[in-house]
Amino acid sequence: MTYRNPPTTPRKSATFDDYTLSEIRRAAATGIYDIRGGGAKRKLPHFDDLLFLGASISRYPLEGYRERCDTSVVLGSRHATKPIELKIPITIAGMSFGSLSGPAKEALGRGATLAGTSTTTGDGGMTEEERGHSKQLVYQYLPSRYGMNPRDLRRADAIEVVVGQGAKPGGGGMLLGQKISDRVAEMRTLPKGIDQRSASRHPDWTGPDDLEIKILELREITDWEKPIYVKVGGARPYYDTALAVKAGADVVVVDGMQGGTAATQEVFIENVGQPTLACIRPAVQALQDLGMHRKVQLIVSGGIRNGADVAKALALGVDAVSIGTAALVALGDNDPHWEAEYNELGTTAGAYDDWHEGRDPAGITTQDPELMKRVDPIAAGRRLANYLKVMTLEAQTIARACGKNSLHNLEPEDLVALTIEAAAMAGVPLAGTNWIPGKNGF
Amino acid sequence: MPAINLSKMTAHDPRVFDLDQLSLRELNQALHNLAPGSNETAWEVLHPKGSHSVAVGVDQPVAIDVRGSVGYYCGGMNSGSTITVHGSAGPGVGENMMSGSITIKGDASQYAGATGRGGLLVIEGNASSRCGISMKGIDIVVHGNIGHMSAFMAQSGNLVVLGDAGDALGDSIYEARLFVRGKVDSLGADCIAKEMRTEHLELLQGLLDRAGVTGVNPSEFKRYGSARTLYNFNIDNADAY
Repeated sequence: MTYRNPPTTPRKSATFDDYTLSEIRRAAATGIYDIRGGGAKRKLPHFDDLLFLGASISRYPLEGYRERCDTSVVLGSRHATKPIELKIPITIAGMSFGSLSGPAKEALGRGATLAGTSTTTGDGGMTEEERGHSKQLVYQYLPSRYGMNPRDLRRADAIEVVVGQGAKPGGGGMLLGQKISDRVAEMRTLPKGIDQRSASRHPDWTGPDDLEIKILELREITDWEKPIYVKVGGARPYYDTALAVKAGADVVVVDGMQGGTAATQEVFIENVGQPTLACIRPAVQALQDLGMHRKVQLIVSGGIRNGADVAKALALGVDAVSIGTAALVALGDNDPHWEAEYNELGTTAGAYDDWHEGRDPAGITTQDPELMKRVDPIAAGRRLANYLKVMTLEAQTIARACGKNSLHNLEPEDLVALTIEAAAMAGVPLAGTNWIPGKNGF
Repeated sequence: MPAINLSKMTAHDPRVFDLDQLSLRELNQALHNLAPGSNETAWEVLHPKGSHSVAVGVDQPVAIDVRGSVGYYCGGMNSGSTITVHGSAGPGVGENMMSGSITIKGDASQYAGATGRGGLLVIEGNASSRCGISMKGIDIVVHGNIGHMSAFMAQSGNLVVLGDAGDALGDSIYEARLFVRGKVDSLGADCIAKEMRTEHLELLQGLLDRAGVTGVNPSEFKRYGSARTLYNFNIDNADAY
């Protein structure tokens, strides 16, 4: 019997992991960067790293189901004569017609309206589907200005000047040829079938002083009726918030890097911008420093999934949150029901993100007439409304446990953090200590 | 929001708005209050003194004469009115205009006619950089010169320049047509000189007529437009950006 040297177990590199290797091979084979939809997929400090303390001897709770816990919020009362009044502090984020199918946009409008909240247009103009089915519709004012016109501006309930989005702060929209159908092309004044790459900067203003003049123009066109939001990606939340307030915004929207996009470069999504959790306190601090907290409302988006996330964001000083990815999942995106078709596309339910290819088995991120029939706007809208209501109930459950009769009475003192990183970002103590990293000099 | 004092209006000819005495808000609100078929079809704005957003969002076929120079976004989103600025215009004059016409007797600053979707913008002097940026159907006629990066990402419509054009004309242009009579410092990515066929000469003559340009022959112009090589992404074109 001969002795064989024992082999070591095959060992893969943590640096060159399987995904990294596959990306190198893909880039070498195709000669194009990887484009996908969605937001950052990497593990990030997030709301999961925060916990509520709940009631104790020094704090007494409210009775669940009996004592009222208010969920309403008014957006845009700073300057607008017709501010938006929402029943719940969860809105639907901007997603374009073009990236989404007409039935999906209709479903978003139906669901939001049933739940008493607003929905938002996107980089493709306003469709009748969503205007007709959205009681309160926010009209995005984007660098591309696709479909922009004064009639739609006036029939919107609010205007959102989009400076950036969390998935790609500094990047413009992208809609590849497969999804530029006749209708999409007409709305965007573009040839059918081209790869459409929207501008990343607005065509007629640059910088905060210009933005102030642009906001004045939008107010003058709409007779000072509409709330004007300014949306930024999670880049420099303190200064972006302060400058938006200075420019005259009624509402500031800060979108962290978990916030989705219809399509952009993977390298952009995963490497530019800050996590949602890291954006909130600087934005709130800017409002507080200007004496504008609760006067200019703050909406935060990017990775909001449940009522706990809503409650945590509000406790950190946010007025409302926005959901995009989660709303699409409620409509049916990435549903295991379509697993066989996801497999045919080389992916699996839960991982499908090639929304730009327009072959979405769930019929949501497509312009294919057959695929989009899979979305029943009434049933999908109902699911979205259910989901929004569950999130609201969950947030109320937590707020009552913390003794709050309004979601907006939640405060940072109701929270602790599980990690040093989250404690530093959220500005709340590490659990079991009174240590807030970065405060008091250490 | 500034309050509107309508009682002050009775002291003036209702068609004359003196911005020394009335606010911008009062001017724009009065223009927006016009009902279809109103007989108040002639308006005069005095002392604009560089005010921003003069006569924005007007959607009735009225004539508005502005006596002096204006700031940003004069005539923004105009739908059907005829605006004449007897002076110069700041950035973004006629931005996203839908229809009607705007004439600037002097010069125009950056982004003139940006994203305009229809109507006619005439600049009797020069226009600065990014004239016609992202234009989507508007017709723009500039008697003088235009600055750099004009017609950037221009999607549709016509830009006519009787003078010269600066660097990077028509960068990343889509289907807009550019006609330049003088020299072009340089063309932007994917913008090329194109053949001037009979249909283009006729189109250009029509544009010159509408803009009140006389004594200029369309054959003096060169036409520029998209080479359409960047419409679908190809890694071998990456150095074009």
